Amino acid sequence: MAHPYMASALDDQRDEMLALIGAKSVEQLFEQIPPSHRISAPLRLPPQLASEAALRRHLERLLSRTTSSEETLSFLGGGYYRHHVPAICDEITARREWLTSVWGTPSSDQGRFQAWFEFASQLGELLDLDFVGLPVYSWGCAAGHALRMAARMTGRRSVLVPEALDPERRAVIANYCGSPDLEAHLDLATVAWRRDDGRVDLDDLAAKLSSDVAALYVENPNFFGLVEDQVADMVGMVAEAGAELVLGVDPLSLGVLAPPGELGVGLAVGTIQTLGVHLYAGGGAGGFIASRDEERYAREYPTLQVSLCDTIEPGERGFGISLFSQTSYGAREQGNDWTGNSVYMWSIANAAFMAAMGPQGFADVGAAILQRSHHAASRIAELPGVRIRFPKGFFGEIVVDFDGTGRRVADVNDALRSRGIFGGLDLSRAFPELGQSALYCLTELHTAADVERLVTALGEIIAHGEEKGR
Amino acid sequence: MSMDRPRRYHAAVWDEPLVHEIGHPGRRGVVVPEVEPDVAAVAGDAAELVAPAARRRRPPSLPELSEWEVLRHYLHLSQQTLGMMGISLFGTCTMKYNPALSESLISLPQVREVHPLQHEETMQGLLEIVYRLDLALRELSGMDRFVFQPGGGADAAWLHACITRAYHAARGELAQRNEIVTTIQAHPCNSATAAAAGFKVVTLPLEENGRASLDALRAAVSERTAALMVNNPDDMGIYNPDIAEWVQTVHAAGGLCFYDHANFNGVMGKLRAGELGFDACMFMLHKTFGAPKGNGPAVGAYGCTERLAPYLPGPLVEPVGLDGDLDPSRGGTEDLPGFGRDGVRFRLVEPEAGVGRVREYLGNLPQVLKAYAWVRAMGAEGIDEASDLSVLMSNYVDARLRSIRGVTRSNPEVGAYRMEMCRYSLETLTQETGVRAVDVQNRMTDFGIDAFWLSHEPWIVPEPFTPEVGELWSKEDVDEWIDVLALVCAEAYEHPEVVRTAPHRQVTHRIDTGPLDDPARWATTWRAYRAKHRMP
Repeated sequence: MAHPYMASALDDQRDEMLALIGAKSVEQLFEQIPPSHRISAPLRLPPQLASEAALRRHLERLLSRTTSSEETLSFLGGGYYRHHVPAICDEITARREWLTSVWGTPSSDQGRFQAWFEFASQLGELLDLDFVGLPVYSWGCAAGHALRMAARMTGRRSVLVPEALDPERRAVIANYCGSPDLEAHLDLATVAWRRDDGRVDLDDLAAKLSSDVAALYVENPNFFGLVEDQVADMVGMVAEAGAELVLGVDPLSLGVLAPPGELGVGLAVGTIQTLGVHLYAGGGAGGFIASRDEERYAREYPTLQVSLCDTIEPGERGFGISLFSQTSYGAREQGNDWTGNSVYMWSIANAAFMAAMGPQGFADVGAAILQRSHHAASRIAELPGVRIRFPKGFFGEIVVDFDGTGRRVADVNDALRSRGIFGGLDLSRAFPELGQSALYCLTELHTAADVERLVTALGEIIAHGEEKGR
Repeated sequence: MSMDRPRRYHAAVWDEPLVHEIGHPGRRGVVVPEVEPDVAAVAGDAAELVAPAARRRRPPSLPELSEWEVLRHYLHLSQQTLGMMGISLFGTCTMKYNPALSESLISLPQVREVHPLQHEETMQGLLEIVYRLDLALRELSGMDRFVFQPGGGADAAWLHACITRAYHAARGELAQRNEIVTTIQAHPCNSATAAAAGFKVVTLPLEENGRASLDALRAAVSERTAALMVNNPDDMGIYNPDIAEWVQTVHAAGGLCFYDHANFNGVMGKLRAGELGFDACMFMLHKTFGAPKGNGPAVGAYGCTERLAPYLPGPLVEPVGLDGDLDPSRGGTEDLPGFGRDGVRFRLVEPEAGVGRVREYLGNLPQVLKAYAWVRAMGAEGIDEASDLSVLMSNYVDARLRSIRGVTRSNPEVGAYRMEMCRYSLETLTQETGVRAVDVQNRMTDFGIDAFWLSHEPWIVPEPFTPEVGELWSKEDVDEWIDVLALVCAEAYEHPEVVRTAPHRQVTHRIDTGPLDDPARWATTWRAYRAKHRMP
C-alpha cells in the first residue's frame, strides 16, 4: 500500500515507469552519485507515524507542554503584539490555492496577484505613501534593507539608529550593516534618548548628523511606547544634512497617529504582524518597505512589487511584477541586496484585515489602545513604590519602574507567572539605566477587569517582597 | 498512457473589482471591543492623549465593507488563483502536499497564541519540537546543530554569509578573506547574499559537461577565499561527482563550504553534507519538508558543524538534564524515562560569539512543527522512498519528453540519468514556430495545468522549462501533464497563433508588461494608479 502522501509509491507503477525509462532498477537511476558519496549508514529516525491519528496524538502531547498567552493574561509586547485576528483572516489564509503554489502566471493566478496588490494599496492608504513593496521577513529586516537603500541613494556609509531600540531588531540591523573589515559596510551609531521624557534627543542627533550619514532610523511610537512628537523636525534636520529619514511604524497605530506621509517622511518600514496575524511564537513576523512613488526610492527596492496594469484585451485589468530586473532574482549579485521566500501569505491576511477594519476600525482600535494603556498606567502608578517612568504621550506600552519596590523585575514576573499572568518585558538587562523596569503592553483586548487583576497581583507581590525585606 | 481527450477546463472568472471599488460608507467588517466607561473616564478623551503634531489629520481612504463582503471578495480571489489545484511540476521548488493535520494544528492556542518573548518554562512543548527537528535534520545531514531563525532559503544563505564573516573575523583573517566562490548555476540568493555581506563574488562558469570544473575551482581559490556556496545536484539534474574534492580544495585554502540543499529531494537519505566534508548546509522546510511554500512564512533551516556552532544566532534551544543528545531513533519523549516530565527541560541560550540575529525571534515555529510532523509521518523509510520516487518520476518524464517534437534536453552530452529534476529547452520549437517557452507555459494553463518554472537568471539554457515531480503527484497526473505539453507543442506547429496569444480560458488575458518598469505608469498602489490616470 502506498503512503498517503505518495500516490505512486506502488510496485506496478514503478515497474511500468522503469520499463519506459529502460532501467533495471531505481538504484540505477542514481548512477551519477559516486559510491563513496553515499550515506555511510541507514537513516536513524524516530518510527514512522503514517497514521494521522497516531501522529495527532503525539503532536498534541508535545504541544500540551506549552502555555499560551490566551489561557493566561499577558502584558508582553515589545514590537510584537497580540491583537484580535478576525476569523475571516484565518479562513482566507487557509485556502489551498495560495498555500504552496507561488507564482503561476499573472493570468492563471490573477487572484493572488490582486490580493497582494490590495495589501500594498491599503497599506499605502494607512501610511499615506504611494509605493509599497511586497513584504520582507520581519520589521528588523525591513529596517536593514531600507538603511542600505538610503546608503545606495546617498553614497554615504554611516547610519544612525535610536539608542532606545528593540535589542532583537537592533541585532538584525547590525548584520545588515556588516563588518568594517569588508568593503561597503555601514557604520552603525546611536542617537541618545532624552532621560527626562524618553524621546529621541534632538541635540544629540544634531551633533551626529555629519556629511557621512546616509540615514537616520527612528520609530514611532518608539521602543518605550512613546509617541515621538518631533518627527517632522527630525525630517527637516535630516534633509538639511542630505540624508534620509527612515521611519519605523506599527500600521495599527495609524488610525490615530500621524502617518509617515503626513509627517513628510519619504521612506518607511514597519511590522505587518499587527494587521491580522497571530503570534505563532514569532512565526507571525513580517515587515514592509514603503516610500513616495519616486524613482530614486523605487530603483533601490530589493523586493518585488505588484503593479496594476492592462492586459492585451482592451478594458481588462491585470497585475504584474514591477522592477523585477533590479532584484537578485533578476540580477544576482548586481541586484539590490537580495530577495527570496518571504511572508507573502501574511500580506493576504493583512489585506483582509485592513478591508474588514476600514477607516473606523483603525480609528477605534487606536483610541482603545490609547485609553486602555493610559487607564492601566494610572492604576499601576497607584501601587506603592511603582512609578510610570514616562507618564505622558505613550501608545499601548508603558515603562513600569519597580525600583522603589526593592523587587527585581525577574522576581516580580516569576511571581506573576505563578498567578497565571505574563508580566511586562524585562528591560533591566538591555536598558540598565532604567533600573528594574519592565515594558507593559496593553491592547484593545485587555479589559478593565484584566488590569484590576494585574494591579491586585502586583500589589500582593510587592507587599510580600516588603515583608521579606524586613 | 495518453488522455483520450484534454480536460474541458475553464478558470473561474468573477471579474472581481478591487476591494477599494466595493462597499459603501458606514459599513464595517469588524467591531473593536468597546472601552468600558470607567476606563474612558480615567484615561480621558483618546484624541487628547496624543500631542496635536502627532495626530493623524485625514482618515485613511480604506474600503468600508461588511464581514461577508470581505470574506466573499477574498474567496473570489482565491478561486481566481489556479494555485496547484491543477497539476504543478514547478521545478526547483518541490511542490509538496501540505498535510491537513499540520495545517489544523497550528490553530491550537499552544502554537497560535504564544508570544516569542514568553518565559522558556511556558514554551517547553514548542522548544522540544524545535529540538526534535534539529536532531532529525542532524541525522539527515551529518551536521551537528540546526537553527530555524532564517525566514527562507535566501535568509539561510544570508546567515551563512554572516557566519562566514564572524568565523574569519575571529581569526583576524576577514580583511584578507573577502571572496566567496559560487557557480553560475547556483541560485541567485547565494551570490546576492555574499555580495550584500560585503564579499566579492567569484562565479565559476559551466563547462562542456554541464558543470564547473575542479580545475576552475582550483584556479579561483586562494588565501582570499572566505567560503564556497554551492548546490548539488543542479537544476539540470546534474550531480557533481567531484564535490568532495571541491570541499577539500576550499578547506585546504582555509575557506568554509556551504551546501545549498535546495535540491535535496532527490538525495534525501542518499548522502549527507557532513560526510562530504561541508561545514554548513541549508534545508528549506517549506519545500522539502512538507510545510507550505506560499512564498512564506518559510524556514531556511541552517545546520553547521561544531566548528561554526559558536557563531550561530541566538537564541538556541538546549536540553537540560538529558544525558547526551536524544537518540534520534527513539519515538516521542514519552518513550524515554524522565524526558518531558521532571528531569529534562529545554532552555534558551545565547551563543557567546554568535552573529546575533538575522531575523527577530526563534523562527517560524509553525513551519518547524509542520516539518517535524512531516518527518514523523514519513519516517526514514518514507523519506528514502520519496527520494527514490522523485528521481524515478523525473526520469519517466524525461523518457516521455524525448518523443515530443520541439523539446530538447539541457546538456545533451550528459547521457547519465538525471536526478529529481531536469531542465529542457524549447529553442527548437521557437526556431521552427516562433512560439516561445512562456507561450507554452500560458497555453498549458488553458488545460488546468499550473505554470511550469522556466529558469533562474541567467538563462543558460535557451527557452527553458524545468519540471520537477517530487513524490506527491501520481503517475496519472504526470501523464496528463506530459500529454498537455505534447498537445500544446503540436498546436504550436499547426496553429502557432493560438499558443502565442494564450491563455484563452484563464482569469484574464496576458498582461501588457510595458508599464511595469515605467515610472510614469507603474502603480504598486491604487492611490498611485489613480494619480497617474488622473482619477478622482
